[in-house]
Amino acid sequence: MDKSELNEPNKNKILVKKLNLFYKDYQALKNINLNIKANKITALIGPSGCGKSTFLRTLNRMNDLIEGVKVEGTILLEGENIYEPEVDVANLRKRVGMVFQRPNPFPMSVYDNVAYGPRIHGLKNKRQLDEIIEKSLNLAALWEEVSDRLFKSALGLSGGQQQRLCIARLLAVEPEVLLMDEPSSALDPISTLKIEELIQVLKKDYTIVIVTHNMQQAARVSDVTAFFLNGELIEHGATEEIFTRPKDQRTEDYISGRFG
Amino acid sequence: MNPRSSFDKALIEIQEDIFQLANLVGQAIYNAVQSLIKLDPAGAAQVIMCDEEIDDLYAKIESKCIKIIATQQPIARDLRMVVTGIKILLSLERIGDHAVDIAQATMCIRESELNRKSSEYLTKMSRIVQQMIKDSLEAYSERDVQKAQEMCTLDDEVDHIFTKIFQLLIDNILTDPKSIVQSSYLLYVSRYLERIADHATDIGEAVIYLITGERKKLN
Repeated sequence: MDKSELNEPNKNKILVKKLNLFYKDYQALKNINLNIKANKITALIGPSGCGKSTFLRTLNRMNDLIEGVKVEGTILLEGENIYEPEVDVANLRKRVGMVFQRPNPFPMSVYDNVAYGPRIHGLKNKRQLDEIIEKSLNLAALWEEVSDRLFKSALGLSGGQQQRLCIARLLAVEPEVLLMDEPSSALDPISTLKIEELIQVLKKDYTIVIVTHNMQQAARVSDVTAFFLNGELIEHGATEEIFTRPKDQRTEDYISGRFG
Repeated sequence: MNPRSSFDKALIEIQEDIFQLANLVGQAIYNAVQSLIKLDPAGAAQVIMCDEEIDDLYAKIESKCIKIIATQQPIARDLRMVVTGIKILLSLERIGDHAVDIAQATMCIRESELNRKSSEYLTKMSRIVQQMIKDSLEAYSERDVQKAQEMCTLDDEVDHIFTKIFQLLIDNILTDPKSIVQSSYLLYVSRYLERIADHATDIGEAVIYLITGERKKLN
């Protein structure tokens, strides 16, 4: 690819070209072309079953784990096609990490949750680990709330704290891209706002792609919004544009709640 | 089933309220200018009293718009619809205030007759600005960009008459210093009518934004 595309101020982190995805005979994604900008928050919206979560999972090959999935097209991360056979998928998922709908801390201490990734990648030095744990929890805006209970079970934290812990666990392996699949749908409104605030802070250092069913959340947090319907990318553009004057009637109908 | 049917109903209600307000305001300008032409202080007093009704209706519609923003979080065209509604409301309310200004000027003129030429100009200006308000509200109702644009061209005509009446009144003052009080008030009135045309143009711009999402300056 033309490397100059990656050096512009509004740099593309991920280029998706002619992406198709099939679950056996069913085509879940149809000819998706989308550029994901570095250090921006891209929101993926659309009704249930539209393909937005499937699309999110193509970005770190999480769909590989599902039997019968076939992917066509290319996804370039910093210019390298992540679907090339020689790609180390574990390393890809370290670079492109994921936060899920429900917080899923491991049944171990707060400290061990965050240390899990760095340890798997071979880090054993206690002092270095301590530094990474503090830094990651700070980045996830959780350090002040858990610094006195690092060695207690993570399962004792509130839902919102657990979700921020999962984000800290992700940050500990120093990813470049954060994929978030409805990260606050299981949280109360205040915890949701804390996650949204955190996402805003994190975009300085990370590229973030978020799937959300909450229109107002997409409008509040994202820079770019992409609307999916029936496996197609119908429209994408600056969030402000999409939420004030969408070009496609289907986008208008969906975001204004008149869909279906 | 339309999951937003009660919301849609509320939006339609706001629009209908705006038409009602526009009718009141249009009538107020007509009455104000008629009272002036006939130098009828009782008619002018009536215009001033009716402004309370305009202000009450304005406040009622504005509250509905605020409630809809707070409770329904409108976006895209819905958002433009509410924002446009508020802009049109503001313009109409200001036009209503100018009708009161004209009525107050009328009550200050002590002469028994109005300068004939001025009276012709003011009648003409008044007719055009009423037409502008009517057209702008029709463009709003019919979502008609072309009508909104055409309506705004009438503003040039109003500006043209304003220039002429301004010159006429200055000449009157110079040739007949005794006419200074009447002429000064009529200068005010012509200026109010000119401002009303500007507010009508603002309504036209708001209608174009509602339909296209684009901001367009028309005067």
